[in-house]
Amino acid sequence: MRVLYPFLAVIAFILIALVGVRIPGGQSLIGIVLPYLAILAFTGGFVFKVLGWARSPVPFRIPTTCGQGVSLPWIKQNKLDCPSTFWGVAGRMLLEVLLFRSLFRNTKASIHKGPQLAYGSSKWLWLVGLTFHYSFLVIVIRHMRLFTNPMPAFLHALEFGDGILQVGAPQLYITDLLLVGALLFLFVRRLVMPQVRYISLANDYFPLFLILGIGITGILMRYFIRVDVVGIKQLAVGLVTFSPKIVGDIGSLFFIHLFLVCLLLIYFPFSKLMHLGGVFLSPTRNMANNSRMKRHINPWNDPNITPHSYAAYEDEFREFMVEAGIPVDKELAKPAESAAAGPAAEAAPAEG
Amino acid sequence: MYDLGKIIPGLIVFVGLVSFPIWYNGGDAGAIPKPEKPVLAKECVADIQYMRTTHMQLLMAWRDDIVREGGARTWATARGTEYNRSLQSGCMKCHTSKKKFCDTCHEYAAVTPYCWDCHIAPQETK
Ligand code: HEC
Ligand code: HEC
Ligand code: HEC
Ligand code: HEM
Repeated sequence: MRVLYPFLAVIAFILIALVGVRIPGGQSLIGIVLPYLAILAFTGGFVFKVLGWARSPVPFRIPTTCGQGVSLPWIKQNKLDCPSTFWGVAGRMLLEVLLFRSLFRNTKASIHKGPQLAYGSSKWLWLVGLTFHYSFLVIVIRHMRLFTNPMPAFLHALEFGDGILQVGAPQLYITDLLLVGALLFLFVRRLVMPQVRYISLANDYFPLFLILGIGITGILMRYFIRVDVVGIKQLAVGLVTFSPKIVGDIGSLFFIHLFLVCLLLIYFPFSKLMHLGGVFLSPTRNMANNSRMKRHINPWNDPNITPHSYAAYEDEFREFMVEAGIPVDKELAKPAESAAAGPAAEAAPAEG
Repeated sequence: MYDLGKIIPGLIVFVGLVSFPIWYNGGDAGAIPKPEKPVLAKECVADIQYMRTTHMQLLMAWRDDIVREGGARTWATARGTEYNRSLQSGCMKCHTSKKKFCDTCHEYAAVTPYCWDCHIAPQETK
């Protein structure tokens, strides 16, 4: 069910688009109205979500790290895994965002005779995940040729590199193969690995099917069932210059492609796909482990409650403590040496 | 709200990237390609809508058929227009200018077919 329903949902969306382009006005609905709504929902929803996260305080550092933090001068700090400076954090974030560094540490547990539990490195998820994301990025950037007139020059290099195999016409793009291959791997992984299958929900399968649907309709359009690219570009450039019009006979496959893309854009901010924004706000990735150099104050503290250090506490209750036989740092002052301060009086006030 | 000093610039970059085609074009949709109509002939080698969308696949089909299968080099349309199944001496016999025909669309759609690395385009009469 968790696999079948999202699959049927994507099929249903394709059928809706297929019927939609045939009813009068349906083409402008899918080709003009829906894209505007979708991009508004996407940007608006994205900003709304991020601001929602910005509303939650993360007062204290979370040094769940995989490396040695700053310590004594002769203990070597792992500057990347347990950074204490802005630049260290920037390095960790960059590697996380660009290379999925924490996924690289993915391990696989296996039971051997004994029984013995062993952990081995498992890089496939990292490799295929990275492949998928970069292919997707390159495809989206390449699509800018449909939205810009004239196309910025650097995109020529991207198209040339992607089509370097020079197979067929229109040229085969390497990223098209990689995208579909990676998506199929990610899908099969969820089906085949029992523990991953157990935790996979409909909202894990749905984005996979949706993006697969977008990829397959795009590939069909490019290599098999051709559409009028000049007409499509007129519509796409029209959309971004706020003068959209549908010219000529574009082909319903394009409208299916566009319909699925719009659904993806609308679905995006309200789903797990928001990890695009979320990765930048991961507290375990974006906080320097500098609790020992900088005092972090919890923003929801009641300002009326002032810090109360142990030394002050002992000062307040010393008499009673001594009376009750509780050991104290500083003995009850004899009248003569009341000004002498013990070491405890210098202790830093406790946080909070 | 916390850390707005970092989050707001981040969101501005995000919105800037998403709206890239809007500010890049600056509201100017640019010229729409107007490929020059051939003067010598009345019809193309196939239905015009098919030619608009699928001419590159037709060219590849010709090439494979001629170069690999030894297919015929001349052909005729249903209405009897005879033509060479050839890029240089077929398409370019009727569409006599690459610049005013093929290139107008290709510049618009931002494609650069590499065919002309080997095949020779007709001389442009200016
Ligand atoms: C026999 C002459 C002839 C040959 C050969 C020929 N064409 Fe055409 N082509 C025409 C004519 C005439 C038109 C305009 C048809 C019309 O407007 O109805 C045309 C139209 C087109 C169009 C549509 C242009 C537009 O205005 O949208 C394309 C694309 C095209 N041809 C490509 C090709 C390609 C590629 C080849 C080679 C595979 C080719 N033609 C070979 C005569 C020819
Ligand atoms: C009506 C506009 C139009 C005209 C005229 C036209 N083309 Fe194209 N052509 C296109 C478009 C649009 C594409 C890109 C299609 C895509 O990206 O899927 C293209 C792509 C191609 C490709 C494949 C490019 C690649 O990606 O490798 C070849 C080859 C090609 N055209 C040859 C020709 C030739 C030769 C002529 C002149 C006889 C011609 N075309 C005239 C619109 C046109
Ligand atoms: C590496 C050089 C080279 C490139 C690049 C190339 N061709 Fe060719 N092509 C040839 C040669 C050589 C022949 C054989 C010519 C003959 O036998 O008449 C040929 C033949 C053809 C033919 C059939 C015969 C004829 O006279 O046209 C077609 C059609 C053709 N090519 C289309 C294309 C298209 C479309 C492209 C671009 C996508 C392209 N070629 C790119 C070298 C090339
Ligand atoms: C999430 C965003 C999108 C994804 C992942 C996507 C994916 C793809 C893929 C994989 C292809 C195959 C060819 C290629 O790689 O270029 C393709 C083709 C295509 N897409 Fe998209 N697409 C997206 C958005 C759009 C949008 C918004 C449009 C609207 C203009 C569009 C229009 C097209 C067209 C016209 C083609 C055929 C191009 C050709 O024939 O060369 N796509 N798409």
